[in-house]
Amino acid sequence: MEKPTPKKQFGFLSAKSRGWHVDAFWMLLSLLIVLGLWELLVAVFNFPGHLLPRPLAVADAVMEHWETIVDNSYDTTIAVLAGYLLAVVFAVPIAILIVVSPQVERLLYPPLVATQSIPKIALAPLFIVWFGFGIETKISVAFLICFFPIVVDTIVGLRSIDPGLIQLARSMGATPARVFLKLRLPGALPSMFGGLKVASALAVVGALTGEYIASDSGLGYILLSASGEMNTALLFGVLIVLSVLAMIFFYAIELLEKLLIPWHVSQRTHAR
Amino acid sequence: MSEPVERSVEPDAAGTPAGRATQIDIDGVGKTFTGQDGEHIVALEGTDLKIGRGEFVSIVGPSGCGKSTLLSLVAGLLETSIGEVRIDGKAVNGPYTDLGFAFQSDLLLDWRTVLRNVLLQCDMRGLDPKAHEARARELLSSVGLDGFEDKRPFELSGGMRQRVALCRALLLDPPMLMMDEPFGALDALTREQMQVDLLEMWQTSRKTVLFVTHSISEAVFLSDRIIVMTPRPGQVREVIDVDLGRPRDLNVRDSAEFGAIVHRVRVLFQEMGVIH
Repeated sequence: MEKPTPKKQFGFLSAKSRGWHVDAFWMLLSLLIVLGLWELLVAVFNFPGHLLPRPLAVADAVMEHWETIVDNSYDTTIAVLAGYLLAVVFAVPIAILIVVSPQVERLLYPPLVATQSIPKIALAPLFIVWFGFGIETKISVAFLICFFPIVVDTIVGLRSIDPGLIQLARSMGATPARVFLKLRLPGALPSMFGGLKVASALAVVGALTGEYIASDSGLGYILLSASGEMNTALLFGVLIVLSVLAMIFFYAIELLEKLLIPWHVSQRTHAR
Repeated sequence: MSEPVERSVEPDAAGTPAGRATQIDIDGVGKTFTGQDGEHIVALEGTDLKIGRGEFVSIVGPSGCGKSTLLSLVAGLLETSIGEVRIDGKAVNGPYTDLGFAFQSDLLLDWRTVLRNVLLQCDMRGLDPKAHEARARELLSSVGLDGFEDKRPFELSGGMRQRVALCRALLLDPPMLMMDEPFGALDALTREQMQVDLLEMWQTSRKTVLFVTHSISEAVFLSDRIIVMTPRPGQVREVIDVDLGRPRDLNVRDSAEFGAIVHRVRVLFQEMGVIH
């Protein structure tokens, strides 16, 4: 144990103890319980394999198609990351401009809200017309679906500065640039990360949608073809791989958040 | 060190005041805000005041009487609607930056350590923080915060946080301090301690202090003069001299003279219907 804990047998089972191997223990335990229940469910109700395959059959299917899964995971990951990064690169500066300049706000905000209200997935067919059956369509859907939460949360973060702080900075003769860089931007990070985390999950949704409608590669494509072949075991396997990928992505953003804003309420150890 | 508070506010240009301290002339200053429906709200009626170098002046009044507005006008954070503020004889246009400001909210930055919060002055003014680090550490130590330099604000109590805010205001040894209910959010015991500490600091450096408060006894304990404001629209009702001698300690609060001045201020508020 990293922290001194009461010297008690199985003390690490207490919900309060921490450390990576404690976390790993609980994660493994919950995974085993889920798998056990799954196996039990299939055995007791005698589900046919094409409706609910047994966990072992899923593992078999994954092993059998391992190379295909890896190759297509790569395609999906690239689409997710590209769409996400593009969204960050565009959304953050636009949010900054909107907050800094009332003119830009009046100019950009109404069309932004109008586009926001369109269900992004409904635009996918349009992207097929524009970009065809390739990675561009996937990236576009992922980009569009990530864009708004990042813009909105960045704006909220930048706006939520304490007005007293601005007064204080003015009394110190601070230039607007210094107020922005030293006060507004760091203060906006917690809210920005809220948007970045939501968007990380949405990026996967976007890329998958792109793959469903217009692609011959990626995990979404595999899911569709497995479904066509009634290969339910493979379907489950790909779903698991997909959620593992999405989880890794989410936790990577969360790690970045921990590194960048260790000072925030949400990151303090006693707040957990 | 200067004599105990001379109230002569003549701009003694040749004479060097003890330490650096500013003289403030408030000349017919008033402020009218325009509300959302375009109606005019008078926050402060034309006000005349002269505040001498090194004088400790408190402004007392009910909520919304324009105390904070007056402070912002003097500091140039707000534009006057009428009248003029002069600091050391020069008219204030735009933020006056040769001062330290302390607000009721400590306004510490969560993402900076205690030391870096004090050094915010440097980052805002474009000065080299390195050059002022020793002074920052010295100030923190003088308010009993040595060992806390690398802590984050959330690890500190309310009183400690307000001390850090005070150190931040004092970092560049400004000739004047603007304090807008700085102890308003503290518990009674911490508040008394902060008052004692502030007086001690003031006793040695004799800055000009403009101190806004709701507390009559706090104003009497700290000040040379108390400006009693009327309810909105704010106006100076009376200026009361506090002849309690210096230096003061907490025992002065038990004296008959102290009680008499507190009584006088309270009677004024009763006459205005602020207290029933």
